[in-house]
Amino acid sequence: MSDETTTGAAPRLSVRLARRLGGLSDRAIAWLFVGPTVFLLLAINIFPLIWTIRLSLTNYRANRANADVKWVGLRNYERILTDPDIWNSMQATAHFLIWTLALQVLIGFGLAYLINKKFKGDNFWTTVIVLPMMLSPAVVGNFWTFLYQPQIGLFNYGVAFLTGADPSSFTMIGDVDLAPWAIVIVDTWMWTPFVMLICLAGLRSIPDSIYEAAECDRASKWRQFWTITVPMALPFLMLAVLFRGIENFKMFDLVVQLTGGGPGSVTELTSITLKREAFEKWRTGYASAYAVILFVVVFGLASIYVKALNKVKER
Amino acid sequence: MSFSITEATRGQKWIAGILVVGYALITILPLLWIVATGFKSPSDAIAYPPKVVFEPTLEGYVNLFTTRTRMTPETLEELGPPATWYDRIVRQYDMVISGPSRYGERFLNSVVIGFGSTFLSVFLGTLAAYAFSRFRVPLKDDLMFFILSTRMMPPIAIAIPIFLMFRQLGLSDTHLGMILLYTAVNLSLSVWLLKGFIDEIPVEYEEAALIDGYTRFQAFYKVVLPQAATGIASTAIFCLIFSWNEYAFAVLLTSGTAQTAPPFIPTIIGVGKDWPAVAAGATLFLVPVMVFTILLRKHLLRGITFGAVRK
Repeated sequence: MSDETTTGAAPRLSVRLARRLGGLSDRAIAWLFVGPTVFLLLAINIFPLIWTIRLSLTNYRANRANADVKWVGLRNYERILTDPDIWNSMQATAHFLIWTLALQVLIGFGLAYLINKKFKGDNFWTTVIVLPMMLSPAVVGNFWTFLYQPQIGLFNYGVAFLTGADPSSFTMIGDVDLAPWAIVIVDTWMWTPFVMLICLAGLRSIPDSIYEAAECDRASKWRQFWTITVPMALPFLMLAVLFRGIENFKMFDLVVQLTGGGPGSVTELTSITLKREAFEKWRTGYASAYAVILFVVVFGLASIYVKALNKVKER
Repeated sequence: MSFSITEATRGQKWIAGILVVGYALITILPLLWIVATGFKSPSDAIAYPPKVVFEPTLEGYVNLFTTRTRMTPETLEELGPPATWYDRIVRQYDMVISGPSRYGERFLNSVVIGFGSTFLSVFLGTLAAYAFSRFRVPLKDDLMFFILSTRMMPPIAIAIPIFLMFRQLGLSDTHLGMILLYTAVNLSLSVWLLKGFIDEIPVEYEEAALIDGYTRFQAFYKVVLPQAATGIASTAIFCLIFSWNEYAFAVLLTSGTAQTAPPFIPTIIGVGKDWPAVAAGATLFLVPVMVFTILLRKHLLRGITFGAVRK
């Protein structure tokens, strides 16, 4: 073996040892092992992304012959940013994002705080709470349309039972005002456990000694909560918000099955608009431009957020 | 007597317990309702007020797995008495079973694509994670971030070119195409999770094996792999849950032969509003995931956070 191979060896392996290795050099093994993964990701993620950018500059339509494809420059982007429908879907997405994040953080953190009290049977009940997030969002969305049925649905019956209203007097998914809340409720039901699990990890990472020291200083429980528990769990909470934010920005399956974007277009989130443009109206170039804009928005917001997260972590 | 000021008092534990159990019961109710609806008759399923006590029937499951045709009473008379219990169920509605439904097929597709892509992504992920953990890979940090960032893309954004690409390569609506696609989507999770697990295995074990005359390869599969077994298993389950539940790619890129169950279950409802059949389909589809969740509960935290959260 030549000297070159030893530089590729793990730092903790001695040179002498590395020389004795038979077969392939470490560097060759590293490439052999990483290669397929990188290749597959390039082929199925990066190449399509570049292709999307290229398509976004044309008037290509996937359901037609390629003959009359024209290069249109940034015209697609221009049209998107002035399209009121697009702004409408952005607004619907923002509403969905803000409310689901707020509810999931509040309930998720609350539950984690309670579970952290380590009562009897807490493991069992945690597993029960976690079940909804393991299900297929499309199947969940489909089934909730049944629970939301005006008279026969369990949800309406439950609300009627609690408030005394007539269960057939409202339809969650057919009403323009209620439909956005219908998807917020299902998303919260499904994904609060996720936030809860991450918060739980955060709470469990706080060493007991800090509380003991605070107790010695006679800090009140309330003060301990705001000066120890919350700041120490904050990085975890922010991580949960990051993951949920990205996921909900891409949200598609649950909403397609639940409301299909309706009534009208009040629950038409960005991915539903995108799907409509790309696979129903077959305006491939236009849809590609929209996809690129969405990707830039997610990536931009996520990077800004990750910077903030790192700052919080450093404190 | 052991006494800790950080331990919750008995009263606090009671309150916490009651609140959590209360939330758990409310949250599990829709799920139990799905399971129960699967065993109702169509009329019980849409009864008002909703029926909690009902006579269980397998009608929903029979309807899920079969296609039925309506017959005139005279034709039924000629056929003679129903031969099996499921025949009896459909005869009540003047129907006979005319063949299997497509649910079995779709479910099988989910199994093939789910397990196929899980195997591939864990296999490739383990190799890559080992290399990232043990070797000096050039641009390691950039590569790791690149792998993670592939998770941020909305599926629909890359679905358009993948649709075109698959059409060109003859991969559209094939099992192989879907397996490759899901493998790529799962790889980020698989590499990140497994790197965390392999990082925790001391390098000394391999060094000892190398001194004993093992080659790198031998050290990898005789020493590292057994040590990483639980990590590999829990990564596999997370990958499987993803491919099992995936909908967006499935609905956009498949139409017949390779379509999985998630896009299919909602179509069971058809015109007949047969909610018990939908519920039966959903229940059967949920069972594997629920079993895995229970098996997995110890590794849940690691999995959902990519190991970014340290215990």
